Amino acid sequence: MIVLIVLALSVVSLLLAVSVYLNGVSTPSQAGADDLAAGFLAIIGLVAMTMSMFTLSQSRRQAAEMKIEIPKVMTTIECKKCGIKTVREFQRGDYVYKELDACPKCPDTKQLITAIYKDVKEKEKTYNV
Amino acid sequence: MYVMIREVENSLHKLKFIKEEGRKNAIDAIKEIGKPPVDPTARVDRYLEYFTIGPQSMDPAGIVYKLDHILDVRDTRLKDEVKLMAPASDDVQVNNLENTLEAAMALNFIYKVVRHFYIQGKKTLSLYVIMQIQMILPMVMKEAEAYASALKAFAFGQPIGDGAGPLVAAKLMHGYEIRKLPKDCVMATVPIEGRTALIIKAEGPGGNVGKPGDAVEAVIEENEGKIANVIMIDAGLKLEGETLGEVADGIGAAIGGPGVDQYKIEEKLTKYHIPINAVIIKEDIGDAVSPLRKEINDAVDKVIERVKAVILERTKEGDKVIIVGVGNSIGVGQ
Repeated sequence: MIVLIVLALSVVSLLLAVSVYLNGVSTPSQAGADDLAAGFLAIIGLVAMTMSMFTLSQSRRQAAEMKIEIPKVMTTIECKKCGIKTVREFQRGDYVYKELDACPKCPDTKQLITAIYKDVKEKEKTYNV
Repeated sequence: MYVMIREVENSLHKLKFIKEEGRKNAIDAIKEIGKPPVDPTARVDRYLEYFTIGPQSMDPAGIVYKLDHILDVRDTRLKDEVKLMAPASDDVQVNNLENTLEAAMALNFIYKVVRHFYIQGKKTLSLYVIMQIQMILPMVMKEAEAYASALKAFAFGQPIGDGAGPLVAAKLMHGYEIRKLPKDCVMATVPIEGRTALIIKAEGPGGNVGKPGDAVEAVIEENEGKIANVIMIDAGLKLEGETLGEVADGIGAAIGGPGVDQYKIEEKLTKYHIPINAVIIKEDIGDAVSPLRKEINDAVDKVIERVKAVILERTKEGDKVIIVGVGNSIGVGQ
């Protein structure tokens, strides 16, 4: 709420700066003072606008970050006879050492789930210690 | 102080979101798997508020068995609740749903504690009240995020990092005859390096840690204490800077939880003067409750090598050795 008020005030300040610069409020002999006032108003407006926009973008980013990531989990299936190994995405009901359908190469041997894992490529920072 | 309050407030918003997601996930899983005749939302909300009162410790003699009894009652009660909520689910699914609800329960509790300190800090405007929670906030958030990623793993029945111990045990016992042990554990007799290995793990593939204390007690008594060595395999908490999936071995009963199982195992080992060794796979709290990382899965073979080395170094041919894979057997059969 405060951020939005600051943003509105910054817009007002910038408009005032433009108005003072174009029309002026002082007598012709004090024209330099108008430029100075317009400059100050423009600086105040720009700083306030930058700060409020930054705060708004930060809060939007935080809101976007608020989600629970579901990692991709892989299931490794192996045939103990021919050693053929296949990896597919995890399906509900999979568990390690579950027997599946017969191997396509050796019809008399059932395939086995030998591993279920999530493969994340996270490189941990070492901080040089 | 304003900065601290803002920081706690932001984290509280995130915790509220995670907690709500946890609750929603649990309700959705119950509806999908358990096919309840009525909406389980009210029951789930009640479940999330369950508490357990520990035994009185003014006179600590016998407290372990009192705690054991209370934990048994809690376990039975929670399982019964899940069965009522999800009547169409089988035993494996009941265990998985119970784990899902426990993760949601943990998230609910974390949220409420942080909220408590936040409100109290704002009410009293005390720097010290806010500081207490602000200082530990990074660790609290890490734990909450870990539980959040555990929710789906539990609901889908995927193996988690804590299942490293049972995974090793399963690899050793697969293909051999399995028999049940008290409570919710299984055992297989496997020849390893000329010795007889009695391999124990919690029964899978449902989410279950069993009671390895009771199982080890029973096996030692069955063999009249004639056991040359006990080797326990568990996931161990890694320190920052250590590598995920690093394998280390040492001495002692590698088992977490409230301590009841560790006590029972140590009692029996002391009675029969049985040495105990431990092999751990290092991982952090986030990895322990979220789907099993590849690095941990790859460490299984290294653990087996280490176990075999311990057997060769610490026992003689013909000896009997107990090998216990400690942890949650979710997604791990046998």
